[in-house]
Amino acid sequence: MTLNPITDSNSLKDISYEIRKDILRMLAEAGSGHTGGSLGLADVFTCLYFSAMNHQPENPSWEQRDRLILSIGHVAPVLYATLAHAGYFPKEELKTLRQLGSRLQGHPGRDHGLPGLELSAGSLGQGLSVAVGMALAAKLNRQTHRIYCILGDGELQEGSVWEAAMSAAHHHLDNIIAIVDRNQLQIDGKNSDVMEIEPLADKWKSFGWIVTECDGNNHSEVLDAINFCKKQENKPQLILAHTIMGKGVKEIENDYHWHGKVPSKQQAEDFILHLTK
Amino acid sequence: METYINKGNKSTKVGFGEGVFLAATNLDEVVVLGADITASVGLDVFAKNFPHRFFSLGIAEQNCVGVAAGLALSGKIPVFSTYGVFAALRTADHIRISVCYNNLHVIIGGAHAGISVGPDGATHQALEDIAVMRVMPNMTVISPCDATQTALLTKRAIENLKGPVYIRFGREPVPDFTSEDQEIEIGKGQELCSGNDITLIATGHLVWEAIEAARHLREQGIHARVINLHTIKPIDAEIIIKAAKETRRIVTLEEHQIHAGFGSAVAEIVVQNHPVKMKMIGIEDRFGESGKPEELMHKFKLTGDEIFYTVSRFLHDNL
Ligand SMILES: Cc1ncc(C[n+]2csc(CCOP(=O)(O)OP(=O)(O)O)c2C)c(N)n1
Ligand SMILES: [Mg+2]
Repeated sequence: MTLNPITDSNSLKDISYEIRKDILRMLAEAGSGHTGGSLGLADVFTCLYFSAMNHQPENPSWEQRDRLILSIGHVAPVLYATLAHAGYFPKEELKTLRQLGSRLQGHPGRDHGLPGLELSAGSLGQGLSVAVGMALAAKLNRQTHRIYCILGDGELQEGSVWEAAMSAAHHHLDNIIAIVDRNQLQIDGKNSDVMEIEPLADKWKSFGWIVTECDGNNHSEVLDAINFCKKQENKPQLILAHTIMGKGVKEIENDYHWHGKVPSKQQAEDFILHLTK
Repeated sequence: METYINKGNKSTKVGFGEGVFLAATNLDEVVVLGADITASVGLDVFAKNFPHRFFSLGIAEQNCVGVAAGLALSGKIPVFSTYGVFAALRTADHIRISVCYNNLHVIIGGAHAGISVGPDGATHQALEDIAVMRVMPNMTVISPCDATQTALLTKRAIENLKGPVYIRFGREPVPDFTSEDQEIEIGKGQELCSGNDITLIATGHLVWEAIEAARHLREQGIHARVINLHTIKPIDAEIIIKAAKETRRIVTLEEHQIHAGFGSAVAEIVVQNHPVKMKMIGIEDRFGESGKPEELMHKFKLTGDEIFYTVSRFLHDNL
């Protein structure tokens, strides 16, 4: 059965809050991983898996499901925690992140058989191409499901992203909704210091995409943006989701050092105590 | 000695195109991605006959590989081909992660393999693709010896294999000498000439040259075994070990760098199972250059005559 979409912001906020707690605990348990981006995307993932996407957690290979391609494999924790909350596998398993034999690999690996995982990924700049391939196949099969693709803003520095962008527009793939995690940060610092990517909306528009922006940490804005995209025809759509890296933990918000750092177990519990909804 | 008759020169890329076309006629799932050199990789036949299953993606090889992965994840059997230098090397990380780590049935055609590409010169002569493709987990690497065999193996790889496949083929028309109904199995080498004095193990265009060399050797009373290893990975260890044991010397032949390439793949089996003296014939750590294909084959000592001399010296003087 398809999940009933939740549209009430407060319910979605509650889910994101729980997902963030799990992200912090699983990363602390693992002792390594990517905290900043995972926390920043919790609201977008909640909106996707609990409201926007058509999917059946008890039937992960359902042919008509919407697909989510996570191009930035490093934020695997937010995907894993969301999938567990949606019912794809027991939440207990989140504790095994990055451990030997776990289905929760450091970066997503399909070979380990995690239900709901669509793609093994971790090398930046590849996911949008895969989304294009899936969208072409859906068109060829006259299927109506959508392909969602999560990209990082630093990732957009990879040239192959723009090859993919060009091809999605060329083939009129209006069944793709790409979402850029626009947190303005990457490993070495601010995007604008490492390699300027602005003007971003204009770049995508000039590549033939429909572009909309939203506060990526505001559930109703995210849902509005997705709903706007769903109404478009003939062109692929892109959402610039303005997020805060580390969102929810005031001490680490907007600090790029937290891209790939994790809290200790004690620190994680302190963070959770003061976690904002 | 077994004799083989050239039915007429034919380019292996034409065989590739035929194989794809035949498989596509049987299977609706077969789709082809174009990277702006569709005709020169033999895929124009498919594009003309199945326009709705042909997707032009422009000169963007990395994207082609990812798109192929997405298509395969959706149940299609994508075929992507461009010159081997780009198909295998420009895209290496995309092949590694999007295709091989996901273990997807994507067919990558590496065209313009080897020095016999000719006048286009070093930039377009794929001499490193075997090394990079065979090191990728899950990848099958196929390198057929003539057009007929290329068509057969391409069709079979598309229809019967499951994971990623790299098929390597050339540009120049070369002797087409194997039969339509030949006994062939992916992963199993073919013994084309029998003999117990030495074994020549060749792949691709050099199989014909190896047979030529064996013919010259026979005139000198030397009985050379000739093996066609059309599948480089998974490699046929059994046929190699048997040759090592029975003939005590092995020469490998490839239109590729001898380092990390085909000869190295054979050596990995030999040294671990039954070490014997080996000689690797191929490109020796240098780039190619422009010239007529036959001039280059001569310069790089890859013709039947040159191979005969090299093998004779190896036998007599241990050089
Ligand atoms: C091809 C490739 N190059 C480098 C890396 C290492 N890397 C992982 S995440 C990252 C930064 C990505 O920045 P962004 O997309 O903005 O993600 P965020 O830091 O915001 O989570 C880098 C350089 C990689 N995974 N893949
Ligand atoms: Mg970023």
